[in-house]
Amino acid sequence: MIAHADTIPPARHPLIAWILRWILTTNHKEIGTLYLCLSFAMFIVGGAMAMVFRLELAQPGLQYVGADFYNQMVTLHGLVMVFGAVMPAFVGLANWMVPLMIGAPDMALPRLNNFSFWILPFAFFMLLSSLFMQGGAPNFGWTLYAPLSTTYGPPSTDYLIFGVHLMGISSILGAINIIVTIFNLRAPGMTLMKMPLFVWTWLITAFLLIMVMPVLAGAVTMMLTDRHFGTSFFSAAGGGDPVMFQHVFWFFGHPEVYIMILPGFGVASQIIPTFARKKLFGYHSMVYATASIAILSFVVWGHHMFTTGMPLVAELFFMYMTMLIAVPTGVKVFNWVATMWRGSMTYETPMLFALGFVVMFTIGGFSGLMLAIAPADFQYHDTFFVVAHLHYVLYPGAIFATMAAIYYWLPKWTGNMYNERLGKIHFWSAVFGLNLTFFPMHFAGLGGMPRRIVDYALPYADLNLVSSLGAGILGLTQFLFLYIVVDAVRGGTGKATGQVWDGAEGLEWTLPSPAPLHSFHKPPQVD
Amino acid sequence: MMPFRAFARIPAGIGALTRLPVFLSRSLSVGLLLILPQSVLAQGWDMREGVTDISQRIQTLHHISLFICLAVGIVVFGAMFYTIIAHRRSVHPEPANFHESTKVEVIWTLIPTLILIGMAVPATITLRDIEDNSDADVTVLITGSQWKWHYQYVDAGIGFYSNMSTPTEQINNLEEKGEHYLLEVDNPLVIPSGLKVRFLTSSDDVIHSWWVPDFAVKQDAIPGFINEAWTLVDVPGIYRGQCTELCGMNHAYMPVVVEVVPAEEFNTWIEDQRVAMELAGEAAVAARSRDWSMEELMPLGEAVYLQHCATCHQPDGSGQGITYPAQAGSLIATGPVDVHIDRVLNGVVDTEMQAWAPQLSDLDIAAVITYERNAFGNDMGDLVQPLTIYNSR
Repeated sequence: MIAHADTIPPARHPLIAWILRWILTTNHKEIGTLYLCLSFAMFIVGGAMAMVFRLELAQPGLQYVGADFYNQMVTLHGLVMVFGAVMPAFVGLANWMVPLMIGAPDMALPRLNNFSFWILPFAFFMLLSSLFMQGGAPNFGWTLYAPLSTTYGPPSTDYLIFGVHLMGISSILGAINIIVTIFNLRAPGMTLMKMPLFVWTWLITAFLLIMVMPVLAGAVTMMLTDRHFGTSFFSAAGGGDPVMFQHVFWFFGHPEVYIMILPGFGVASQIIPTFARKKLFGYHSMVYATASIAILSFVVWGHHMFTTGMPLVAELFFMYMTMLIAVPTGVKVFNWVATMWRGSMTYETPMLFALGFVVMFTIGGFSGLMLAIAPADFQYHDTFFVVAHLHYVLYPGAIFATMAAIYYWLPKWTGNMYNERLGKIHFWSAVFGLNLTFFPMHFAGLGGMPRRIVDYALPYADLNLVSSLGAGILGLTQFLFLYIVVDAVRGGTGKATGQVWDGAEGLEWTLPSPAPLHSFHKPPQVD
Repeated sequence: MMPFRAFARIPAGIGALTRLPVFLSRSLSVGLLLILPQSVLAQGWDMREGVTDISQRIQTLHHISLFICLAVGIVVFGAMFYTIIAHRRSVHPEPANFHESTKVEVIWTLIPTLILIGMAVPATITLRDIEDNSDADVTVLITGSQWKWHYQYVDAGIGFYSNMSTPTEQINNLEEKGEHYLLEVDNPLVIPSGLKVRFLTSSDDVIHSWWVPDFAVKQDAIPGFINEAWTLVDVPGIYRGQCTELCGMNHAYMPVVVEVVPAEEFNTWIEDQRVAMELAGEAAVAARSRDWSMEELMPLGEAVYLQHCATCHQPDGSGQGITYPAQAGSLIATGPVDVHIDRVLNGVVDTEMQAWAPQLSDLDIAAVITYERNAFGNDMGDLVQPLTIYNSR
């Protein structure tokens, strides 16, 4: 087995050697980079799809795309962003940082690590190839509700199903690797309650992944057998139940939401203390809050289904449990503010993104609390209010957190400082674009505009035009981000020190910048 | 779907508690008036008050939670922005060293919990009343299908389909869009004011969701299952909504229009519908007792085609990919007539091609089949008579 460039026989052509090195690498840093690159590529693909439907929605009437293609874009945008952009980004960060933060030489299972990454390009090739198939790509929303996806789904639905199976395998293997690494390769002296918060949140996320990805795999497998092998899991005509699909899907889907947010919490909990130059407030309660959120995430799935005709007791149960999640989430926000309180703060780009995350994620949390009120949900459900809510949670929670993490650790990865001025421009333009895009959606939804419609009634025209303009701005900011990162890789504004940020604490900062390909041959001692 | 008994016994005194939020809600509305530009409120971008007791209580709940979120937001963001400014390094170079306090953690766990309990009480009471489907005066069975609603008055034994009536030209920007663009139908649901109306929702194909914002009624229509909802509207008028569950290509084109009329007018309307059904029966007998010419059937067929078939098969019969096959030169439209008739009457199971037998008259089906076999360059020369359709049913 070939592990690194230096072990490849010298006779190979340099280009082939370079390609093989990236294909065969078992190094956690290189695999982390691969994950992040794939994630950004998917982010651009999913974003391009958003541009297509935002363009169509800019005005009432049909202008650019047909209704069926619109639905395909909506479906793939959701799937690509969730499984292609957010999850690989977090796995990439975990690959890079978990070993560095716990003082491990690499991930515990390096070959499995390579395998779990290289499944993904094939999974997304299968998913995206459906766009070019007869009958078009899947067009039933990323929630895959039966029977629209089973009985009525286009032929390409099977590619989606196998694509999801592959993504699930990749996620489960990645999660196993992270858990094994954290449990076995911590440096001497690093007890669980001394682990950095990012490691803690990822440990909990990994358990969530292992618990819910098989549920999704089961759901899509039942879809597959319903489509081809004469079963009727989700068809009432054969004794099945379309609503059962929703129960199974959301039993996966709600923990999935936290899979996409908990590592973001971890990132903010690393960055805010660094730039406040003050220890994280309430470390223990942060850990317990994260665990509580993860546990509660298994008993709230019904809040996605208040209008499906659930009995009153079930509605009440899911309403109370969902409201309860606001408590640990609130504790986290309060702890971050208390961390900042009487600190000595500076506002470099990572800090800006972390603070942007806290503020806007809290706004998404507020609308989440409003959605939890079941009677009111009868009015909010499946309107643009939900679209506004989920993007306020996910864009700051997952994307801003990832970008904060990249700005924060990029000097450690590349050895170079990024352009601080451009980073700040990136932040403020992203904040502007994000709010311009998603804030008006609250009003459109409250006014009565359903989500996932290709065309809308006239009162929503102005709001949609504003959203579309914002989306265009937000789309452009991604290229600024790409430029800043590429620029930093190629030298940036100068060399970074090992410490990089004067307030930073943790094992990763004890290494030189850039972090050598192989680090912590000898485990560091933590006291 | 049955009300949970324990909550049916909540004493009336607690109901009085819900009036405090009404006061808060009113104050908040005034507050919002100051914050939001007038145009926003004029276009109704807040959740609408609606015309039922439930919709108004839901709006109040919405305002309570919005109010609490705003208050919490002011406190949290206030503290945050204060510290961002006051504790920046240039003015506060020496960071403090505290990083733990069990007391504080307990406080900010308990206070939100108490606030949440306060929010849960009125929500629970409202939810209990929403789910109380008992003692309805009128029952309407609402069946969704791609992409129309089928309304059946269970007691009166009448029913009809409700299709969007916005013309394709408006959707394709060839004509100016009307005031109720996408929110208008050929046959609105008619219900009486002042009476409790129960809605039973179901579906013939995929999941739809029937929503009228002004009633705060949103209920999924699920194939093979029947859900319940109810409303009681006091103000006659026309209320508009839409399908709110993605149900395929034309999900955006599945409006709900409800006309609320005084009870006496409703009874007259029901009688009129019965008479109309009888007349339609007589017309059908008349239609099938004579032969129709090509000149008569073609324009009629074109009208039926454009209303019911063109959204999928396209006005020029070119279709859309393999899901919505072309009519022009198709094996069905240029093959044996009886196969074509069977296809239109019974549809194709488990596809978007639905059975038209229950939806269209013999004459309409005869006309549209005649049209399909002679338009789009198919030129089969076939003439299909209503009697043939009648015998094929």
